Amino acid sequence: MKRRIVLALSLLVVLALALTACGNKATPTPKPQPTQVPAQPTKAAPPTQAPKPTNTPAPTQAPQVKPAKEIVFYNWSEYIDPKVYELFEKETGIKVVEDNFSSNEELMAKLQGGATGYALIVPSDYTVKALIDQNMLAPLDKDKIPNLKNLAPKFQNLYYDPGNKYCVPYQWGTTGIGYRADKVDKPDSWAVFFNPDPNSPAYGRMTMLDDAREAFAAALIYLGYDANTTDEKQLEEAKQALIRAKAALSGYDSDTYEDLLASGENLMAHGWNGDFLQAQEENENIAYTIPKEGGVIWVDNVCIPATVTPEQKLAAEMFLDFILRPDIGAMISQFNYYATPNKAAEAKLPKDFLEDPTVYPPQEVIAKLQFIKPVGKAESLYERMWDEVKAAP
Amino acid sequence: MKKWLTLLRQRPSLQAWLLLLPSAFWLFVFFIAPLFIVLVYSFLERGTYGGVVWHFTLENYRRVFDPLYFKTFWRSFYIAAVTTFFTLLLGYPLAYYIATRPPKRRGTLVLALMIPFWTNFLVRTYAWLTLLRTHTGLINVTLMSLGWIHKPLPLFGNDTAIVIGLVYGWLPDMILPIYATLERLDRSLLEAAMDLYASGPNVFRRVIWPLSLPGVVAGSMLVFIPSLGAFVTPAILGGGKALMIGNIISNQFLAAHDWPFGSALSFVMMAVMLIATLIYFRATSGEERRQL
Amino acid sequence: MSDANLARALSRRSRMAKLKKRLSEGLFSGYGFLGYLFLYLPIIILVIFSFNDSRSTAQWAGFTTRWYVAMAKDHQIILSLWNSLFVAVVSTVISVIIGTLAALAMERYRFWGKLMMDAVLYLPIIIPDIAMAIMLLIFFDLSGVGFEPWKVHFFGVHLAVPYSVIIGHVAFNISFVAVVVRARLAQMDMVLEEAAQDLYADPWRTFWRVTFPMLLPGIVGGALLAFTLSMDDFVITFFTSGAGFNTLPVRVFSMIKKGVTPKINAVSTLMLLFSLVLVAISLILSRGGSEEGPSTPTL
Repeated sequence: MKRRIVLALSLLVVLALALTACGNKATPTPKPQPTQVPAQPTKAAPPTQAPKPTNTPAPTQAPQVKPAKEIVFYNWSEYIDPKVYELFEKETGIKVVEDNFSSNEELMAKLQGGATGYALIVPSDYTVKALIDQNMLAPLDKDKIPNLKNLAPKFQNLYYDPGNKYCVPYQWGTTGIGYRADKVDKPDSWAVFFNPDPNSPAYGRMTMLDDAREAFAAALIYLGYDANTTDEKQLEEAKQALIRAKAALSGYDSDTYEDLLASGENLMAHGWNGDFLQAQEENENIAYTIPKEGGVIWVDNVCIPATVTPEQKLAAEMFLDFILRPDIGAMISQFNYYATPNKAAEAKLPKDFLEDPTVYPPQEVIAKLQFIKPVGKAESLYERMWDEVKAAP
Repeated sequence: MKKWLTLLRQRPSLQAWLLLLPSAFWLFVFFIAPLFIVLVYSFLERGTYGGVVWHFTLENYRRVFDPLYFKTFWRSFYIAAVTTFFTLLLGYPLAYYIATRPPKRRGTLVLALMIPFWTNFLVRTYAWLTLLRTHTGLINVTLMSLGWIHKPLPLFGNDTAIVIGLVYGWLPDMILPIYATLERLDRSLLEAAMDLYASGPNVFRRVIWPLSLPGVVAGSMLVFIPSLGAFVTPAILGGGKALMIGNIISNQFLAAHDWPFGSALSFVMMAVMLIATLIYFRATSGEERRQL
Repeated sequence: MSDANLARALSRRSRMAKLKKRLSEGLFSGYGFLGYLFLYLPIIILVIFSFNDSRSTAQWAGFTTRWYVAMAKDHQIILSLWNSLFVAVVSTVISVIIGTLAALAMERYRFWGKLMMDAVLYLPIIIPDIAMAIMLLIFFDLSGVGFEPWKVHFFGVHLAVPYSVIIGHVAFNISFVAVVVRARLAQMDMVLEEAAQDLYADPWRTFWRVTFPMLLPGIVGGALLAFTLSMDDFVITFFTSGAGFNTLPVRVFSMIKKGVTPKINAVSTLMLLFSLVLVAISLILSRGGSEEGPSTPTL
């Protein structure tokens, strides 16, 4: 022990020593690459790709490219019926392996961390924009995806990807409030969160999404501001509202909030419409509403990262075409209870699904919904304020 | 070749480095070099969407001492200290208990200590979630149905939950080193001490505790360090409401796309940890000196 | 008269002492029991709810084994289990060899740079895993090594394991192995080795015939520790694995995201059983080798 104590005492000094020693040793590794300037399309094709053949987009068009036998689909969990994979494999022989993430930020961090090998990813609208800006997506070869025509016209020209150059809209939905209709009144305003009533049974039994942009969007919409504001004053107000809400929350949760409503642990939750519908299977008392101030509308998209090999890209495009088929699109919607952007698939969906206001909100509600959009430099402002909310007592 | 061998035989230092070659290579390339890169990153600017801009700045370190993050640091420190305290309080008697059993049972007890930890860490933490939840957790449900309490205890989504989770997670790391020192204690020494001081508490205070101190220190280090850097336990049991420094760091990489700031934070955390190590060891070496 | 009094007083005192001792012994055993209950409570609950006939892991709804069936059908879980085993086995083997060599050098030699190596060997233990994970992530990202998969057949199963994960696991395991083996070396008596040196005069034979067998409990202990750490590691694997690669903990993490179902409990129960069998085997093996059994990992 004694000897080790002496050794440990000198640890600090020695660390410095070791650092300088390794500094000499390791200089070639951390050498700054002059190419990495901010505006530069970072990591479009990282050097990681050595073992694979060519990585340039040109050979993609070459007819001799054969689809990969297996592709990895980086998806939100429980977002696709596993039967779709089986059907696709039966038809094409291509195996689809699924891997999951739980927030757009996580998806982007993983891609920026140099993770390669994903052939398909499912970013939401504003993340698509960020990915396109960084040249991290491969343009689609539309000849390979004839079923693109099945998309409803308004989904063929979305602000983040006009003309579907990079992405195929997958599902769309809204962010609002889910609640236990048997235990609490229908919340008609975001005030249930941002002006919480300590005498309400839901006080201390509510969750909000653990997602900076979604949480701020809710607060900003409550305050009557633009959900994508970069105005520091408005954000400060929203931050205060979020801190007020925190006292009434049992936690921030993006993953299991609907189960916690079903089990009765919580009575109210900020979340995505389809999730609450899924939980209705377990507990029919779960209801969903979009407050009078409005809510968030979002579109999730399937895209191909720029790091794919031509073989993977071809297989991925085949899969995209497959899920755009009317019957497959209907199958997906019936599995995850989200609305489909696929016009042709709607014909295959049951009438009560199409008329469910939770899935397809009425026109006057849609008018009050806002997209979350990239805010560029202000992103760090959001993150910092989010940290402040999290650190508040 | 032969010349080489004789040279090797004559120079033990060379032998030692030959033995160390693989580990030195591995650790310098895959540990020290990454450490160095993180250090470099911590002085750079973030890119808009993540990544880094190769432009020197001290801003990241200034931000570390921003009250917001400094407070979180302090909180993590506090939670880690409380965790260490309770682990010691719970673990020492258990270690003593094991060490005073007959030798054959000791082995079994040590093993029994380890077995729960052969299940996955995340699953264990989630098992606690089942127990601690405010309204549907087994502890509160049981206590309420027994009529012992009328309002559920606040066991989830706060520091209590985090500390419970951390204490549980690191208890064996406290018990094992203490047990190791206690087990080596000389029985005859204890008997002599019993004759000398007569009372149990005195024997404990004057003989057993000082002799087990190295184990206590090692155990405390083994608990304190991972608790300070914990991020899964606070995320799960804290309900995402109570942050520790580990959460802020992982957030910089997983959500905020601010690698340089995340790097600076991890570097400061490592420095804090090293300093803690040094203080601990200095404290004990003093104690030991008094012993002699 | 006074003698008798004294004797009575003494016997009373000793009786009191005995009673006190028994009482404290009883309290102590009670404490021990409670301590172990604390350790086992979540595990017991976990096992019980793996048989729960409902998606809930909090409310009992009857007995079923369907979660075990569901688990066995879940290819992802099975594959991630194989991945975990493969990573653990490979990284344990590598780190045990490297770590033992390092321990020998550190404990048996004086040489230039020893202090530095000491620090380098201890640092991975001191540094929190989140920091280490991030260091490795940045390193692999910058250097471009590691994310490509190592394609192998492992007991007939096709696996594709990124080198980065194995590299990371070895990097933290070396230190733990080295610490455990060093502890064993420090306890070992040099006399035997010296005698053997005199006898054989061949360091090679001395090592294999004397040092190594005596060292074996330490090596086994280090290997067990490394294997456990590897199997249990989530943070470093999560940050360093590339696309589509899951070890069991990473898989469990993403499953847990969609709510804890008893399926996860079923996996854990099986893992527990598996490790119990492993413990039993290693116990039997170490009984044969040395009476001390695998040395407990201490710093």
